[in-house]
Amino acid sequence: MEQPLYISQTVVIKNGTYIHNGKELLHSSASDMTGFIKECYKMLGIEYPKFFKMDNLSKLAILAAEKILQGKQQTNTALLFSNAVSSLDFDLKHQQTIADKEAYYPSPAVFVYTLPNICIGEVSIRHQLKSESAFFVSEKYDTGTMFDYTNYLIQQGKADQVLCGWINQLHDAYEIVMYLVDKQGERIHTKEEINKIFN
Amino acid sequence: MEALKRELKERIIEVLNLEDIAVDDIQDNDPLFGDGLGLDSIDALELIVLMDKEYGIKLSDPKEGKSIFQSIETMAQYISENRTK
Amino acid sequence: MKKVFIKETNIITPLGFDVSSNWTALVKDQSGIEIQNQWENIPSVYASCINTAALNKAFDAVVTTSAPFTRVEKMLILALEPLIEKQGVKEDTLLILSTTKGNIFYLESGETAQAYLNELAEKIARYFHFQTRPIVISNACVSGVMALSVAKRMLQMNTASDAYVIAVDEVTEFVLSGFQSFQALSPQPCRPYDEKRNGVTLGEAAAAVYVTVQPDDAKAEIIGDANINDANHISGPSRTGEGLFLSIQAAIKEAGISQHAIDFISAHGTATLYNDEMEAVAFNRAELNKVPINSLKGYYGHTLGASGLLETVITIESLCRNLLISSKGFENPGVSQPLNIIQQHTEKEMKVALKTASGFGGCNSAVIFKKTE
Repeated sequence: MEQPLYISQTVVIKNGTYIHNGKELLHSSASDMTGFIKECYKMLGIEYPKFFKMDNLSKLAILAAEKILQGKQQTNTALLFSNAVSSLDFDLKHQQTIADKEAYYPSPAVFVYTLPNICIGEVSIRHQLKSESAFFVSEKYDTGTMFDYTNYLIQQGKADQVLCGWINQLHDAYEIVMYLVDKQGERIHTKEEINKIFN
Repeated sequence: MEALKRELKERIIEVLNLEDIAVDDIQDNDPLFGDGLGLDSIDALELIVLMDKEYGIKLSDPKEGKSIFQSIETMAQYISENRTK
Repeated sequence: MKKVFIKETNIITPLGFDVSSNWTALVKDQSGIEIQNQWENIPSVYASCINTAALNKAFDAVVTTSAPFTRVEKMLILALEPLIEKQGVKEDTLLILSTTKGNIFYLESGETAQAYLNELAEKIARYFHFQTRPIVISNACVSGVMALSVAKRMLQMNTASDAYVIAVDEVTEFVLSGFQSFQALSPQPCRPYDEKRNGVTLGEAAAAVYVTVQPDDAKAEIIGDANINDANHISGPSRTGEGLFLSIQAAIKEAGISQHAIDFISAHGTATLYNDEMEAVAFNRAELNKVPINSLKGYYGHTLGASGLLETVITIESLCRNLLISSKGFENPGVSQPLNIIQQHTEKEMKVALKTASGFGGCNSAVIFKKTE
């Protein structure tokens, strides 16, 4: 008999708001994404200089994961992140650095972020999670695959919890949805419940 | 040289995304790596790009970087001796 | 838990457009690495590139539609086509694509919308009439191994009873320039684990593998797998080889074997100072330092999102043919801990092989294969 799993926490970041477990923690006055990100950083009380070297995907993933993971001792938390755009935001930035053959200055700090899984790396580092992870790309959140894979990881003992995330951002448009699946809680982990978080 | 050092500090803060650091926070002889500004391996590579882009200096041996990037002072010294821009 | 098997494999590389021609070339110690002069700002760079004219010719012989396909798409279709010919596509057959950059060349002409990885996967899925939505894994250089791990897990979950795992990446100015900025491009063909190594040589390839829960005529069973992060640095591997060591341990535990049962290791071996050193530390911690080990990057270069799957295909060949392929480019040990690097092709009765990969972001993957008799 497989044990039931639960969605124990959620974070949604979109339209200038940061919502944790359904409660709005921040409604931004900033007119742009960069300003909004800084406001979230301050609101969450994060002190992490590396933050400002990150690409936007990583910054948003760190912000979303912060409320869910802060203060937790649990380290066997798997990270399953996905999005529709891969690392296109910084891919374009890197492309710009090599577009002009006369002024050709590719930057390592930009190039390293031309891989979408780096945001997983950043969350792993911040929270010291030496755990299973994977980055998927799909047009919309693949609820079915994420549901099955999350169940598998916990039921097979490969993780004690799974942090699932949709980290989608390109230029100034962003939508971040993160939820933690755990062995205890009240909200049962089902595909319907997952879809509700997105709506 | 003072102008160059100031310019260097401004550029480093910008290029390395040192958010809460102001030009006056960086002392000329403070170590840039290790304890000082806590720069890492990617930052070191970025400084190599900076040398090329802003001062036209191509470091042929990246290991040279270690001594050149010790501090603002050593960087400014090297740049003033080798710049082509 | 259901058992999952690898039944069919195929690869498209500069050494050949099927497994047997690749194997023949490897046995003759041929490498796909040559000097390339096609990129103005990256002159005279060593890389392992597929001959485009040959690719087009092979593709035109197989595909008759007039719809345009990119180089990357042609490589994938050529790799997958013979497998689908043999095994077909059922209603629930999965398609899993591993790639880091896909059709990234589109950014050069500003055709950003064409560069979406999902678009690439859908195009291949449509061509072969898959009825399920393709799954795309883009997880740096471990993608190929991770995709196999995900396929195995999905079949164990009863999501489907078979899956095609495909992988591709091509050499582009986009990626070359990035590695250039990291000072990580070797001025000579790469030399994994060697004391004179100084960086990667990039390569391009496509690979396709058919996995199924049916054991008949299978080549090997996937008996253990894990994908664990270092949690250390986004571009530098952990000095203690933490994530790789934990991945190997977890895979071994799941396989229910002792580390001494592993007959050989196909490692990542990119030939950067730090990666190879990290692997030496991890393999020693896992007590695998005496196991014959190679890196195939001296033959194929680092094929990024394709590497894990391409090298798995060769690993399976080695297992089935009981022949260890030498680790090309290696002469003298250049890592701080001992490894048993394969220095010439060697016959060995083998049953179990370990394939590992590591990548930017601190990711690591390990999969263990057991030959089916």
